[in-house]
This record gives sequence, C-alpha cells and structure tokens, in this order.
Amino acid sequence: MRNRYNFAVALSTVVLLGCGALLLSQNVSAAGEGKIAGTVKLDGTAPHMRGIDMSKDPYCVKAHATDPAHMENVVVGSGGALENVVLYISDWSGPAQPETAELVFDQKNCMYTPHVLAMDVNQKFKVVTSDQTTHNIHPNPNPMTGNIPWNQSQPPGAAPVEKSWKAVEVIPVQCNIHPWMHGWFVVVKGPYATTDASGNYTINNVPPGSYTVTAWQEDLGTQAQKVTVAAGGAGSANFTFKPK
Amino acid sequence: MRTTLQNWTLLFGSAVLLAFPAAASAQLSTYDIETRIGAESHVGNVTGHAKDAALPYRRYCVGCHGPLGDGNGENADWFLTPMYQKPRDFQLGVFKCRSTPTGTLPTDQDLFDAITRGFDRSNMPQWNTLSKQERADLVAWVKHYSPRWANEKPGAPIQIPPEPEVTAERIKAGRDVFARVQCWKCHGVQGMANGPSASTLTDDLGRPIAPFNFTEGSRPKCGDTDQDIYRIFMTGLDGTPMPSFADNIKPDEAWDLVFYLRTFMRQHSKEKDLAKGLGLKPVDPNAPAPAASGQQ
Repeated sequence: MRNRYNFAVALSTVVLLGCGALLLSQNVSAAGEGKIAGTVKLDGTAPHMRGIDMSKDPYCVKAHATDPAHMENVVVGSGGALENVVLYISDWSGPAQPETAELVFDQKNCMYTPHVLAMDVNQKFKVVTSDQTTHNIHPNPNPMTGNIPWNQSQPPGAAPVEKSWKAVEVIPVQCNIHPWMHGWFVVVKGPYATTDASGNYTINNVPPGSYTVTAWQEDLGTQAQKVTVAAGGAGSANFTFKPK
Repeated sequence: MRTTLQNWTLLFGSAVLLAFPAAASAQLSTYDIETRIGAESHVGNVTGHAKDAALPYRRYCVGCHGPLGDGNGENADWFLTPMYQKPRDFQLGVFKCRSTPTGTLPTDQDLFDAITRGFDRSNMPQWNTLSKQERADLVAWVKHYSPRWANEKPGAPIQIPPEPEVTAERIKAGRDVFARVQCWKCHGVQGMANGPSASTLTDDLGRPIAPFNFTEGSRPKCGDTDQDIYRIFMTGLDGTPMPSFADNIKPDEAWDLVFYLRTFMRQHSKEKDLAKGLGLKPVDPNAPAPAASGQQ
C-alpha cells in the first residue's frame, strides 16, 4: 500500500517538476546556460592501494612489466586531488542531456579505462577492448531498478559493445576472467562530470537555478552541497572527503 | 559484493528517492508479488495460470525456492557452493538457461524446459513427472515473482542453423575457436575446469561458482544435445560468469566449437573418434591468442 502511495507522490512530483522544467528550459535558451565547477580533495593520508597480482594471465603481466598495476579505488594526485569522483545534480528535473561526447569504456592492459564512467539515463556508451587477451564484460546492476545485467565476451579484436542503462544506479562492472578488473558505471539523471587527475570538474549545460550537487566516490561515499547558478554564470562547489 | 551494491543503491537511492522509489526497495513484499497472480504462460498449446500453481509450488518447490521465490527456502542453507548452487532468486528475473540473448528474459518454453530437465550437479531434480499443465502453471508462477515480465518481453530466441556433418576439419577449426576466444581461461585446455581463472569465479550474488567440467561425465546444466551446447555459449548463462559469445563466434564456427567440446566429454561420440585419429594436442595457453578469422 505504502509503495503505491509513494509512487503516486513521486509520479505527481515528477510531472509537476517536469512542467516547471519545460518552462525553465524555454527561458534558458534565451538566457544561456551556466555551469558548476570546483575541485574535489582528500583531507588526510591517501589510503594504500595494494598492488595487483596478474600472474593468472601472462599477457597482463607483460603489459605491466614497467608500470606495476595497483588498485584504483581511491586515486589521489598531488595536493590531495581526488580523481574519478562523479558529480551530478541529484535534484535534477530538467530534460535528458543532448549526447555530446562519445562515451568509451576501454579494457586496456587488463584494467578499465576509465575506472569510473558516468552517464545519463539512456545515454549510449561503448565498451571496447585494446587487449590481446579475452575479457568478459559483466555489469552487475540490481534488476529491481530496471537495469538488467548482461555478460558478453570480448576476445582480441572484438567489435565494440554498445549499450545504455534505463535507470539511475551505481553499477559495478567486472571481468570474471581477470577478477581484479573492477570498475563502475555511474548512471545519473541530468548533467554530470567526473574529476580529472587534478581533482577538477566542470558540469556544463546547467540552466540558471538552485541545485543540489552530489559528489560520489566509490569508497568514501557521497556528499552534497547547495549551489546557485546565475544565467550564463558559473556556480562553484568544492568537496573535501576524509579517508575512511 | 551484493551487499555493497545494495548499500550503494540505498545511499544513492535516498538522494533521488522522490524520482525513483523502486531503487530503495530491493526485496519485494508479498503484496507486490500477489498483484501479479494473474500471470500466464504459453507453452505449445497449453496455457499455464499462476493462480493454479499455488498448491503445487507449496508442495514441490517452496522448500528450496522459498515462499517469496527468492531462493531462501529452508533447505537452501544446506546447498554448498561452488559445487551445489543456491536456488535462483526469481524476483530478479535473471535466468541461466535461455534461448534468448544475454540481458533478456527467457521464453516460457525455456522455463518449462528447465523445470522438465532439472539441473545436473544441483539439487534441482527433473520434474517431468508433473503433467504438462502443472509445469506450465509453475512457469507462470515463477514469472509472477518478478516485475520484469510486466515491463519487458522475452528476447527473440537466437537462430541455430541446421547442424552440419561432423568432419575432422571442423573439429580442428573448433579447436582454433576454442583458442581464439580463450574458453580455456576458465574451462582449462582439456575442459577439466582448471583454467587459470577457474578458482576465483563468483556468480552475480558474489557466491563461488565452478566452471563446467567437460570430462567428468555429467551433463551441462542447460541440456546436453548439440543444440543445447550451441545455445549455452551463444546466449551466455546470465547470473554466472559465463558470457555470451554471440558477437564473436559466427554461426558456422559455433558448430565447429560444439564438435570440439564433444571431444572433451567422457561419453563416446563420433567427435571423440575423429579427434583420436587427428592426434589433436590441447591448445597452448602460452601462445598468443590467434587473430579473429575474417572481419569482426
């Protein structure tokens, strides 16, 4: 009973917000869209990222002969800059984002590049392989959300696999053949950004308004901030995570 | 792994709770399930009704599959992985044995066949003693546990071309496919389930799982005809580490691979005789993976 009620409330909220967003977006095209930018840092000692034993597959060992592989759960640059943090507008109610850049998830040297791939709901992405060894690409969403798990092989030279996700979810993805290969598809609604090696990010295409920006880090959790974006202007939100 | 996932889903879900109430509720309640009691199945000319399966399910299935269909029946605790897999979670709507592509729902016939055939090396017996009508009713009952059938249609079954004649050339070609797509990473170069990645495999719920051992004489879980084996690697076994190779093995090559896999099996076969004549050696795991034949 309660679930039904929730759903009715959610539905009417979505419809109402949707109407509001429609009005808003009409204003926006005249006013110009703003952006939200900032930096994400780690305050404290970077956790130890242990090395990866790839001896199961000589190809992988060879690929990392000069550059030892290690876990990528928390990637910290100089000055505590946190890489691979996804920033998105958690109270987004506007339209789906126009597809700009092509999203590519590469299997390279028996690791995932990028380790975290953020995307909009229903946005297409490609899974490719650069390796001369067979991978299987196996995302493991919770089917209750509407995202359905699948599992495809990618031998050397395989054609890209093109997919998209239906619902908002943080989806772990792994290769069963190389169990250390572990990454994330972060499916959000609306504009998003992922921090670079200097911990910087810019969320583009944000219409003027007041938003909640949420930062997601796979080990350190989420944080949220209120940000206001003026017409054509830039909002700012910096986040600091503490090591667990 | 599932617990971390669920935690994240909860955290993430609460942030967007208004828009996505479903994300926060991982387990379905009896109420949610009962709303789908009208579920039907169509197997041949038989129509199954979920409402007629309540009694047989309680009598034959509930002990392992549980009253909520989540695989947490009172006997399920005693199934020891990786040799004996836990029962499916019907609420997730993810099934191993399908004729449909990976990531899609199985057909009613697939579920009917699974109930009829049972699963070797598991606690699921063959239910071919039940009447066709009872089995069709149980298929509808299995479907009524998952909301997926309300929102999606089963995938289109993969096309299996007519089986060609077994020849020595085909077995040799099958060995090349086996080497190229690297089946041996898990199944081992002699099909003995001892590949380098075999020991670390887990299913979608994070529980240990073993690859199929071709040499021990038991039947593959999803059937042991040549067509079944073809189907297994072309559709993948969803919920397990076994991926779909549909994009990377051409239909003709797939038959070659089926014939090569037969040479591993203990049962006597024409393939085994031909392989003996050829004197085929197992593939070399240290050789670089052969390039794909033709364009991919």
